[in-house]
Amino acid sequence: MKKSVRYLAGLLALAMVVAACGDEGEGPGGDDAPHVGLVFDIGGRGDQSFNDAAAAGLDKAVAELGVTKSEASPNDDGSNRAELLQLAADESDIVIAVGFLFEGDAAAVAAENPEVNFAVVDTPMINGETNEPYSDNTAGLVFAEHEGSFLVGAAAALKSETGVIGFIGGVSGMGGLIEKFEAGFVAGARAVNPDIEIVRQYITAAPDFDGFVAPDRGREIALSMYEDNGADIIYHAAGLSGSGLFDAAKEFSEASGSKVWAIGVDSDQYNTAGDEVKDYILTSMLKRVDVAVFEIIKAHIEGNFASGPQEYDLSVDGVGYATSGGFIDDITDTLDDYKAKIVSGEIEVPTTPAP
Amino acid sequence: MNTSTTVWRRILLAAAAPVAAVLLALVLSSLVLLVVGSDPLDAFGRMVRHALRLETMVDILNRATPLYISGIAAAVGFRMGLFNIGVEGQYLLAAIVAAHVGALVALPAFLHIPFIVLVAMTVGAAYSGFAGVLKVTRGINEVISTIMLNAIAVSGLVAFLINRWQSGGAVTGGVGRVGTEPIPSSGRIPDLNGFVELFTREITQGKRLTGVLVIAVLAGVVFHLLINRTRFGYDLRASGINPIAAQVGGIPPKRMIVMAMIISGAFAGLVGLTEIMHIGFFPANPIQGLGFTGIAVALLGRNRAVGAALAALLFAFLDVSSGVLQFSGAPREIVVIMQGIIILAAVIAYEVARRAREREEARTAAEALEVNETEEVVA
Repeated sequence: MKKSVRYLAGLLALAMVVAACGDEGEGPGGDDAPHVGLVFDIGGRGDQSFNDAAAAGLDKAVAELGVTKSEASPNDDGSNRAELLQLAADESDIVIAVGFLFEGDAAAVAAENPEVNFAVVDTPMINGETNEPYSDNTAGLVFAEHEGSFLVGAAAALKSETGVIGFIGGVSGMGGLIEKFEAGFVAGARAVNPDIEIVRQYITAAPDFDGFVAPDRGREIALSMYEDNGADIIYHAAGLSGSGLFDAAKEFSEASGSKVWAIGVDSDQYNTAGDEVKDYILTSMLKRVDVAVFEIIKAHIEGNFASGPQEYDLSVDGVGYATSGGFIDDITDTLDDYKAKIVSGEIEVPTTPAP
Repeated sequence: MNTSTTVWRRILLAAAAPVAAVLLALVLSSLVLLVVGSDPLDAFGRMVRHALRLETMVDILNRATPLYISGIAAAVGFRMGLFNIGVEGQYLLAAIVAAHVGALVALPAFLHIPFIVLVAMTVGAAYSGFAGVLKVTRGINEVISTIMLNAIAVSGLVAFLINRWQSGGAVTGGVGRVGTEPIPSSGRIPDLNGFVELFTREITQGKRLTGVLVIAVLAGVVFHLLINRTRFGYDLRASGINPIAAQVGGIPPKRMIVMAMIISGAFAGLVGLTEIMHIGFFPANPIQGLGFTGIAVALLGRNRAVGAALAALLFAFLDVSSGVLQFSGAPREIVVIMQGIIILAAVIAYEVARRAREREEARTAAEALEVNETEEVVA
């Protein structure tokens, strides 16, 4: 008893000493350069995906545009998204949130902070009741996925040896969201080879969103495309279900002895999908979140911040294709030709799939 | 005089343990902050200053409300010596069923709100009671069965039901959030902003203090009375302290196990109310993990109604501080580290305090004995 009291007293004394040497430091602020608050989705820096891409865009803005920054990511259960946006708004001129899960909170916090601009990655930030932007200070950073898909479609057609390629969509009927990927992919492949055979399948139809989180079903569909249809390259726009495609590519290649490929989506999946399957990932269709983040900061500085959906397309490298692994180094010239034609308007990429 | 000092000593001992735990956590997390190159005093100062804002207090109370109810649910089991790890699955399952059923019926508010509360409690109680029945009929340890039932509830039933019951994109305030059909306003608990603003300034930033706070307070009172003022509570505590002695004393152990699990589950059913009765529907991406944090809250609060309230507020304060820490350049993980250290330190401190109390009791008993002996000799 006496002993523990003594320990306790010692601890108390230590705490008081520590407390006594404090000073009331105030945070940064009050300088001329705009301050950017970046709120990550759960996980923060190091996710090798949208969070890292957004961080790269912000770092570039710090280096090239001279802005100052602060960053935060939510608690593991995502319970404090709105609080983080508000804290960011307290000290920032523009707040960027990574991921569509921020949509509701960003709309609400933006309404309370009209002097701060808000940009949310991967959602158009359109009010579902009025079909207008939530407010003048909310922008959504979206991507011309059909244009990026066109390029990987062209890559697939150029690289295919069997003349059969495949497309696996996660969920159909979400306002044409995933069909946009299919449309670009088909158009790109047919631009290279009008006779190419393209097998296409969706895992589920809205409102069943399991298609984005069903690797087992992605794997089965992919295996059947490789085995039964003779496809040798398959592109997916199916979120987490894509890992089933990568497994299937490895499995079928090892079993049959002839190499088949998968094409990733959103981020460079050669770097994120895991070491066992990365050698089967031909390329990935990239949504350049880093570009979008940099561009919206630049627009804010130049006084060109606009509300509602801001689409980043090939002309600003808002979408693109990955070259990690070096599997398509021989065709990048051709792909860049297509890219130049899309940017110049010579090729117009459809957003609804051709039959 | 002797008795009053003993009472004071006991109170001091009871309070010393959690206070020591928090202090130890402060010291250790200061070291961590120093190691990562942040000024701990600046960080703690920011946390406290942030927490003193009215809007942050609303955030803290909103966060503490479900944590507290979850802690109470776990505490019911603990007092009986049962480890109900299944609060997580129980509250999520209860919340989605209550949200769905609550949106189907049209009732006046004075019936609608109790109806939803009752549905949530019933589902939680039934799901938890099942684990109790498994224990008494098949001898399956409740730790194992509730972990399994968590998996079935969260990844199985709730995932299945949300697909079945989601409305074609619930639009609230123009924001499309996927979730169950919205509950009509008669089934939602109004926020407490109007009440709080009687005593303070206006709550800004669009923050709303959840009315479920009232239910949480009621749950705490009911828990306290049930455990300390009823025959059932006495039986429960007796079974928890010494099951065999309790059985010999005529308390049926099987019935007590099932009852304790049912009551624990009924409280667990209330955890999700903040989500469904405050925002009005069960979202496709609900807040998860409250069931597990509740175990920590019960542990830190020593399974007492008031203790758990303080623990829930402390955890909520730390959670809410995570943002302000990050914007001051400190890593978010410091909050998780602090919560972990507080739990660990609390467990150790409680054990130290328990031993000190035992020695104290032995000493008083010995003294009393000595006094008696001297008196006898004198006589």
